[in-house]
Amino acid sequence: MENSQIIRIESLVKRFPMGKGEFTALNGIKLSLGQGEFAGLIGPSGSGKTTLLNIIGSLDVPTEGSVTVLGRSIGALSAGEAARLRKESLGFIFQSYNLFAVHTVYENVEFPLLLLKYSATERKKMVTDALDWVGLNDKIKSKPPQLSGGECQRVAIARAMVKKPSLVLADEPTANLDAANSHNILKTMVSLNRELKTSFLFATHDDKVISYLRRKIFLLDGRVDNDVIISN
Amino acid sequence: MKLAIKLAFRNLIGAGLRTWLNVIVLSFSFVIIIWLKGVMSGWDQQAKTDMTNWEIGGGQYWHEAYDPYDPFTFSDSHSPIPGEFRSEIEKGDMEPYLISQGTIYPQGRIQSIMIKGINPKQSIFMLPAHKLDTVMTDAIPSIIGSLMARNLKAGIGDRVTIQWRDNQGTFDAAEILITEIFTVSVPAVDQGQVYIPLDRLQSMMGLEGEATILTYRNSETPVVDVPGWTHRPKEVLTAQVDEMIKMKTTGQSVLYAVLLLLAMLAIFDTQVLSIFRRQKEIGTYVALGYTRRQVVGLFTVEGAMYAVFAALLSAAYGLPFLAWQAKAGWTMPVDASDFGMAIAQTLYPVYSAGLVVSTVLLVLLVTTVVSYWPSRRIAKMNPTEALRGKIQ
Ligand SMILES: Nc1ncnc2c1ncn2[C@@H]1O[C@H](COP(=O)(O)OP(=O)(O)OP(=O)(O)O)[C@@H](O)[C@H]1O
Ligand SMILES: [Mg+2]
Repeated sequence: MENSQIIRIESLVKRFPMGKGEFTALNGIKLSLGQGEFAGLIGPSGSGKTTLLNIIGSLDVPTEGSVTVLGRSIGALSAGEAARLRKESLGFIFQSYNLFAVHTVYENVEFPLLLLKYSATERKKMVTDALDWVGLNDKIKSKPPQLSGGECQRVAIARAMVKKPSLVLADEPTANLDAANSHNILKTMVSLNRELKTSFLFATHDDKVISYLRRKIFLLDGRVDNDVIISN
Repeated sequence: MKLAIKLAFRNLIGAGLRTWLNVIVLSFSFVIIIWLKGVMSGWDQQAKTDMTNWEIGGGQYWHEAYDPYDPFTFSDSHSPIPGEFRSEIEKGDMEPYLISQGTIYPQGRIQSIMIKGINPKQSIFMLPAHKLDTVMTDAIPSIIGSLMARNLKAGIGDRVTIQWRDNQGTFDAAEILITEIFTVSVPAVDQGQVYIPLDRLQSMMGLEGEATILTYRNSETPVVDVPGWTHRPKEVLTAQVDEMIKMKTTGQSVLYAVLLLLAMLAIFDTQVLSIFRRQKEIGTYVALGYTRRQVVGLFTVEGAMYAVFAALLSAAYGLPFLAWQAKAGWTMPVDASDFGMAIAQTLYPVYSAGLVVSTVLLVLLVTTVVSYWPSRRIAKMNPTEALRGKIQ
């Protein structure tokens, strides 16, 4: 159990400078996440979900405490090391998709593989597979502005999953989607979680997302308020 | 780097119209800079060639008293042609001419002139001296330049009275008959100059066998030391033109700087705008595993790529245009003789490979710097704020 932990957080504090003083967004978080979990940070707006997700994703650093992701200590990484961690092991899914608007669907999904220097043949196979997972292989030549919100988010999932990362961080992935599309996306992620053993960590206050989670971590005012593991 | 080039290419092609606007602006500056520089160096070459062909040949010997800027020296600046030069003069490889100050009276006006006696059979200068080779009893055949003709309001076949002082200081007058008017871009050959046959001037002045200046054809002719005469090599005689070229070069540099500045403004603007408008994209690059410095690199490559595209586009329409200009020349829309400087009406641009290569490299370099400059901001961006598009 200890060995399969991919996130371990101890006494994490995050403060942001605000006006003359500081604002404490995270206040003593203790949390760990195992390999293959399908978990979510749940809490009201301003409770610190995004802040925590960003630190785990090495896009931000802790003010105090230790955050270890896949054996690497987030506060201690150089810019290059942090970039490498994200490039090799993390996938991101955003509320507003953040696709490259001028690139095609294929090119968007291919991007992480280019960074990892896969050969053209490998890339082709992997991109095709990833687009199969999300059911979008008929739209490879389209560009994001031509796609619906649900399709965009599926491209984003394919882009996050194409390199088979250990951990996917998804911040409000369904916030811009209708109910049907939300369920569709979530089912896709659930099956990817099962088949590829990829861990998922969501930040959400959407009931639809929450209903799929197998672990619910409730945040309130920058603290873990409750941590519920759903056993089936 | 290879990846950055690939991505930059995708981004630019994907951006469509915005890219092409920048590329077109840049490509105009490419072509205009090369064309202007070509015209200028064509002008410089022409100025030197014309000066050689019309005025100084391969070099000259001046009578030691002669000072072109002081007409009062003219009455003393003549000597018998030295014997050392006889054979060359006979071969036509050296031409003497005699200079005298005089006055011309066109239609009741009065104007000071330089009377130049030249050999009608000469072949060193492009002057149509053969038109002086007419025997006339009642007037002196003469040729003048078109500026001078306009000044005098005289045409071919007109007669004008000139006056001069001979060897003894006695004033004398006669009529000249204009037998030819020539057009030349060297003002010194035209303005205030009246050309008559050498032997006529010699006898008018009482200076048989004498000359003021000896011009030889070939600049490689060995220099002879002749007492009473000063050797003036071609380089010395063209120094003034060189000076003018240098001055022009300074003026041109300002012009190029302005042209380049305009093009760079477009690129700079695009980059600054990009960095604000593409914040989310920048954040996404970072989230997907780029360092911020790599994103700076990507944006810089994108900017530099505008110059590469522009160079290609310029090659497509610019090369034919430049080649056509070199052949057809560029005829100035205004009368060049009004400028009062050594410039031909039609200039033929001359381009060198060096000119093209250096212009391309310069624009590429400046574009890269201008793209890099605003992109440095990216390195200081907070990726989480960039992702939210919150940076002001
Ligand atoms: N860069 C920052 N500077 C200052 N304060 C910040 C910054 N980022 C977040 N905060 C503050 O920290 C608190 C937590 O923000 P966070 O974005 O993590 O909340 P959240 O739980 O994701 O909320 P939401 O559900 O609205 O997305 C908020 O009060 C927010 O204003
Ligand atoms: Mg949030």
